[in-house]
Amino acid sequence: MTTYRIAIVGSGPGGLSAAAHAAKLGLSHILLEKTDHLSDTIYKYQKGKHVMATPSQLVLRSPLDFEAGKREVVLGTWNEQTAAAGVNVKHGAEVKSIVGTGAPIPGSVMQLATRNRDGTTSTTELQRNAPPYRLTLTNGEEIMAEAVIMALGTQGNPNLMGCPGGNLPHVQYQLDDPTEYTDEHIFVIGGGDAGIENALGLCADPAQNNTVTLINRTADFPTAKDANVKALLAARDAGRISIMAESNTTMVEPGFITVETRDGEVRARCDRIIARIGSAPPRGFVESCGIEFASADRLAFPKLSATFESTAPGIYVVGALAGYPLIKHCMNQGHDVVEFINGNLDLKPADEPILEAKFAGLPGRRSVAEWLEYLRDRVSILNGMSSLQMREFMLDSAVKLYRAGETIFERSAPGSSLFGIADGEVAVEVNPNDPSITVPIGTGQIFGEVGLISGRRRGATIKAARDTIVVEISRNAALKLMSQVPSASREITRINTERTLLQIFKSGLAPADLVDVIAGAKVETIRAGQAIIKEGETGDDIFIIRSGSMVVEKSIGGKPVFLSYVPAGSYVGEMAVIDGSARSATVRAAVKSDVIRLAGEPFRALLAAKPQLLDKLRGEMASRTKLNNFVESKKDSFSGVVDMYTGVANFLVEQGVGEATDVLLIDEKLCVGCDNCEKACADTHDGLSRLDREAGRTYAHLHVPTSCRHCEHPHCMADCPPNAIHRGPTGEVYIDETCIGCGNCQRNCPYGVIRLDKTPPKKPWLLSWFLFGSGPGPGEASHKWAKKHDPAYAEKAKKAIKCDMCSGQEGGPACVRACPTGAAIRVSPEQFLSVSLMNREDR
Amino acid sequence: MASTAPVRKAMTGKAVTRAPRDTAHEGFLTHKRGRWAKVALTLSIVAMGAYLLTDPVPRHNGGTWLGYLLGSIGAGMIVWLSLLGVRKRVIGSKPFSLKGWTSAHVYLGLSLIVIGTLHTGFQLGWNVHTLAWALMMIVILSGLWGISLYANLPERLSANRGEVTQLQMLEAIRTLDRQLDTAAQPLGGEDAEFVRMSLEQCTIAGSLRQRLFGNYASDGNARALAAISEKVMAGLRSGRADDRLQQIQFLLERKEAALAQARRHISLKTQLELWLYVHVPVTIALLAALLAHIISVFLYW
Repeated sequence: MTTYRIAIVGSGPGGLSAAAHAAKLGLSHILLEKTDHLSDTIYKYQKGKHVMATPSQLVLRSPLDFEAGKREVVLGTWNEQTAAAGVNVKHGAEVKSIVGTGAPIPGSVMQLATRNRDGTTSTTELQRNAPPYRLTLTNGEEIMAEAVIMALGTQGNPNLMGCPGGNLPHVQYQLDDPTEYTDEHIFVIGGGDAGIENALGLCADPAQNNTVTLINRTADFPTAKDANVKALLAARDAGRISIMAESNTTMVEPGFITVETRDGEVRARCDRIIARIGSAPPRGFVESCGIEFASADRLAFPKLSATFESTAPGIYVVGALAGYPLIKHCMNQGHDVVEFINGNLDLKPADEPILEAKFAGLPGRRSVAEWLEYLRDRVSILNGMSSLQMREFMLDSAVKLYRAGETIFERSAPGSSLFGIADGEVAVEVNPNDPSITVPIGTGQIFGEVGLISGRRRGATIKAARDTIVVEISRNAALKLMSQVPSASREITRINTERTLLQIFKSGLAPADLVDVIAGAKVETIRAGQAIIKEGETGDDIFIIRSGSMVVEKSIGGKPVFLSYVPAGSYVGEMAVIDGSARSATVRAAVKSDVIRLAGEPFRALLAAKPQLLDKLRGEMASRTKLNNFVESKKDSFSGVVDMYTGVANFLVEQGVGEATDVLLIDEKLCVGCDNCEKACADTHDGLSRLDREAGRTYAHLHVPTSCRHCEHPHCMADCPPNAIHRGPTGEVYIDETCIGCGNCQRNCPYGVIRLDKTPPKKPWLLSWFLFGSGPGPGEASHKWAKKHDPAYAEKAKKAIKCDMCSGQEGGPACVRACPTGAAIRVSPEQFLSVSLMNREDR
Repeated sequence: MASTAPVRKAMTGKAVTRAPRDTAHEGFLTHKRGRWAKVALTLSIVAMGAYLLTDPVPRHNGGTWLGYLLGSIGAGMIVWLSLLGVRKRVIGSKPFSLKGWTSAHVYLGLSLIVIGTLHTGFQLGWNVHTLAWALMMIVILSGLWGISLYANLPERLSANRGEVTQLQMLEAIRTLDRQLDTAAQPLGGEDAEFVRMSLEQCTIAGSLRQRLFGNYASDGNARALAAISEKVMAGLRSGRADDRLQQIQFLLERKEAALAQARRHISLKTQLELWLYVHVPVTIALLAALLAHIISVFLYW
């Protein structure tokens, strides 16, 4: 048997690029691909999909060409160039196991945890052996290789139908082009997002005349996105699709399907089955090769060295499996890893120029590697990172020199980044009225963590006390850091607790005073609706709301009455500590929230030692008591008003206003339905409106239209491959031009405020419409008009668009400016969810 | 995930302060605690005071210094007020409040009753000058009509639509049509004819008259429902109830209810716009008459 120098598993962008480079260098290699075509993930993209090539500033160093374009063109280029490069491809080769055939490596034993069906876990030990590796294929063939490049991607293998007939040719596990099928009886199996989207695609155009049925194992659709479920049910109500819930397929025959339903077995005509019943992630297989993951977290990536080598020596991991979902990154890594294997350990990664640019202009004349080492060494929370992690981390971060006295950020500026001091010292202006009172933070420490964790605005102005080198860590990089380096996470939490306390209580406290209080502090996650304090109960814990928000309610006359809205960064529960009474009101989470629970006892000791603090708390307590009494007095005289106030407040909280920072509300007592808000939005944003006035929920004539709320912790940011969603300097959440139109943000947004669309051509100016009727007039132009006036329109790629709060426009939100009656307002929840709401009815 | 999107610089300074915006929850009539109502009232009182305190010879008319002053103010205001239609469509990025404009439009427009009338010195006749005054009064009265609609209808519009959008209302009717079509397949010729009546002779909005007065008794669906109901009743009385007809009746009733909601919606939206079909064309006529009035005054000085 020949032993190859390199075996490459998977022929996606990373694997292909590696194989082509190995071929170019004349290394003996074999590219193993499970299917009968190259690059299966992209192959499975919908027909004609526009493939993006971001990040644009990254240089492509792969032997294969790649630029943004249609799926067919990209695949065509790769097929051609792979063949021309003489790559040794083996199709239909699915790797079952990879085992080292050399001597056992002393001390290199991996603990393999497997979750059993009953929920228990069992651990087996895996002794790693030295290369060369034996790769066994599912057909029993064996291949020997000195080094293995894993470029599997994260798609995994689709779960197959287990019933008799599940292997018939009309059963398929993907749907490339829903418009391909006409006049067919099609069954879609699986009620997840993939199944629902496929089913909706198949029945979208009645002209196709398909009879589509969706089979779901359970009664409802717990794993699917709410918007998808709604669309599915609407399609069912419109008679376009049938749903068979609580049903299982028992048999597939040519032309027929047999389904076991709650009411018995049904045999129906069926020309095609599309099974979308999940896929097995490749993690199990990867681990069995001796590759360790960073954590047990479902989203964790393998542990890798700076040369992409895994914990199994000689096995390298690149691409999406290594945590790089973008095609360009994958291709570069494919090239780099072959260079590394070939002994070129001095190769600088492709991101080197980007990092160089980041460090340009800083004093000290260090190289990129030296800078990374310097930062890792100096900033305490970065100590636990590997050099590969540092590189990646720096791409999302920035380093800057601040001269003495320069402002780093100001109080009330929005911002969710974390700062680490690599050298120097900063001064925190703790008292907004007297900037001369400052608290120092020195080298190695961090600041800005309150904004990171709570998503709220900055609590204090921070200036450089002397010339200071600061590393600014973006929110995404900081979250990643916290998940990868547990010690960093613990340290950030501790500092956050301490600083939150200092900031809330001020009153001349020093960190030393808080040691006892913090020692007993616990961070707890509270799900939406759960109460942390219940009226009438005893208890003296104090809660600081770290993220999310709470509502305070009091039972008056047997009904819960809304008292106030408590945003992150505030505290509740101090009244019991001060006067020892039972809880006077119920506090429950408006949205999923994190709270810091402080025990009452050490806190009481702190109050005894610090009388000013006690005074301050007494003062705040008095104002809360006053509010309680006010609401209670109103209740006696105008119970209807208080009920309405509670109703409106609860409605708004239900609509996600609790996690909003800025929300558009429409008073339907004033709204005349002119849609000038939508027109203004379109006219100030490339001709596309980012709001749907009529859609959305309404309560007591208060309407929450479909428009972005700029959440504290935006759901849309969670899974953006090019990292194109940011929070801007005035608090707005916006999507930048690197959007690749994948639609993840649209699916992740629970409020349905993001749409995918293409920019229409520019309209003729208003006067020519006014006088001569040319163009579509104010507002969003129809697709038909756009198509007619822009020959390239049909081919344009759709991108995600959403409200940007009209940032950069001097006049503020155009929807509000353009409302002729004052029905539309944009407010923060604290501004609106206050007692002033009660006067709304009086007006 | 290593992205190379540029990290924003530390956020400081004036540039990051949010654009000032109006967050006050008040309608156009109470904008800035009735600022424009106060301005308009003051203007009217001052004009009336000047009119009463001066005693020109031979009498008050447009030709005295006060007459010219009031005329110039009035003409200027008419032109400015008519520009609301432009303002509302030019959004741009600069600060302005259309609500403020509307508020000023309403109150200053009302003050024109005083200013314009005092300008005439109560000398009215059958000429182009009085035509301008009369057109102005029609515009103002139609505006008052509009205000009363704006004050009352939105609440009803909101209550009628609940959380349903106009598109959804129309979609609901279309869905019922499809269901009717399916349900009518097994019916005999005569009964199918009734369903066809509902499907083919049903108009949702109808004529302007129908929109305003809501008389749809002669509409296809109403007639079909009446006929089918009669047949169902007859069947019930004779003890031979027809399930298929009852299903049709049920669907026709649902469609009638869906139609009623959509029609109320359209009726309210029509009313909210209808007054503008008086207000705007008459404003244009007023601008023309005003021009004629001014030219003729200076021509025949």
